[in-house]
Amino acid sequence: MQVEYSGEVMTLNMGPQHPSTHGVLRLELKTDGEIVADAIPHIGYLHRCFEKHVEHVEYNGVVPYTDRMDYCAAMNMELGYVLAVEKLMGIRVNNRVRCIRIIMAELDRIASHLIAAGTYGNDIGSVTPYLWCFRDRETILDLFEETCGARLLYNYIWIGGLMADVKPGFEKKVIEFLDYFEPQVGNLNTLLSDNYIFIKRTARVGILPPEVAVSYGITGPNLRGSGVKFDTRKDDPYLGYQDIDFEVAVGTGEHGPLGSCWDRYMVRIREVKESCRIIRQAIAQMTPGNVQESVPKRVKPPAGEVYMRTECPRGELGYYIVSDGSLKPYRLKVKSPCFTAMSAFREVSRGSMIADVIAILGSFDIVLGEIDR
Amino acid sequence: MTSQEITALLAEKFGDRILESNPDALNPWSVVEPADILEIGRFVRSDERLSLDHLELLGGVDYKDRIEVVYILYSMKHRHRHTLKCRLPREAPRIHSVESVWSVANWHEREAFDMFGIVFEGHSDLRRILCPDDWEGYPLRKDYQFPKIYRGMPV
Repeated sequence: MQVEYSGEVMTLNMGPQHPSTHGVLRLELKTDGEIVADAIPHIGYLHRCFEKHVEHVEYNGVVPYTDRMDYCAAMNMELGYVLAVEKLMGIRVNNRVRCIRIIMAELDRIASHLIAAGTYGNDIGSVTPYLWCFRDRETILDLFEETCGARLLYNYIWIGGLMADVKPGFEKKVIEFLDYFEPQVGNLNTLLSDNYIFIKRTARVGILPPEVAVSYGITGPNLRGSGVKFDTRKDDPYLGYQDIDFEVAVGTGEHGPLGSCWDRYMVRIREVKESCRIIRQAIAQMTPGNVQESVPKRVKPPAGEVYMRTECPRGELGYYIVSDGSLKPYRLKVKSPCFTAMSAFREVSRGSMIADVIAILGSFDIVLGEIDR
Repeated sequence: MTSQEITALLAEKFGDRILESNPDALNPWSVVEPADILEIGRFVRSDERLSLDHLELLGGVDYKDRIEVVYILYSMKHRHRHTLKCRLPREAPRIHSVESVWSVANWHEREAFDMFGIVFEGHSDLRRILCPDDWEGYPLRKDYQFPKIYRGMPV
């Protein structure tokens, strides 16, 4: 967008306590009237130095810490870490563990995308979808609670296995939920995605061209919103995702330029449908087995280093672990998808209106717990 | 390309400026001369055969006798990965910024500066990112002393 500035710049602080910043984030806006000349994000309000903490904790004990990074998608956070340690130690898990992990990760993806879509509608000014999304997410949290006793921070996926097997009848409940939920996605589209005002607010705002997205290391739905067909589950498969048939959802730019806020939002809605397909297939592939069969007595990986990435709901989550052969990680570095997405925020929001800053920020779907770690 | 081919290509292009390579590791890596990181970074990004356009992770590791900067690179086009490492002295570690090659390095380098005190020369905005501006010390260094008091508040 071409903008002319009058040159009179006012500094405006958005946050740290602002309902639309999705956590404690401060945006330092340099505004010229309604136009944002520059938006400088200040992060670190939730910084707990996770990476230092885990150097003093044994490998098993790190799992609950990973939960607390992205608390909206804790299953996926632990899954990435556990897979990294298993890769380092060369542990192979049986088919039952693999299928349950896929089911849990995809249910968690649905729950996380429901938060993203619901709060995004709320940011733009539509309250009903928010309540619908949270109502449906509740069923998923009930399923998690039934399995592992926790609703948000699970500590369910363990190195080499799972904390416990699913309860009898779990598969049936999941299928019931999917049967109920799939038509709900259509309702959400009618109410929010195809809503005229919603499209007007989002479809020509916050354009992220594909080459900029790659240069900023953006991954996940934000990258696919720019039309880049890349999904770690498909292109660098783990957990046997290659044996599962699903489509990679990408932005199409049908209501405006490719890579707009609407595209990023819509990728998530499309992904939810694909997740439902994945879960059905994973349930069909489930076989009986002991979920703690390959849990090691002592987690003591050999000296070395490993990088493992998984597709978490907000993008590519990577764990870089350096082991010195002891019981504790020598160094653990997390590649946080929201961190990289946030680094592009300044470039994307420059020249937009103040009200659009909210729309752009919401479309990135950030969780500050994971940015600040 | 396989990691063997990538290391062979790097060795052919840069010769003994690639100090050490391990293509058979779980996470294949090459150690390069810190002074060459910008040149090598530009090459691996722009070369058609490598096209490592996605900087997945940039971070420091404190090995007590040295500090390593790790660049994990991935190619969206060829779907292959390679890791570059630079070894810096623990006293006053300095290296050139690769922000001009991968934009995402901007924040990653700020984080490495914040946590390890690595100075990235030529960085557009090198200041602390996660800790407060007046924080003392570099938390992820192995000899870091935890402060008892910060601005009159017990930590």
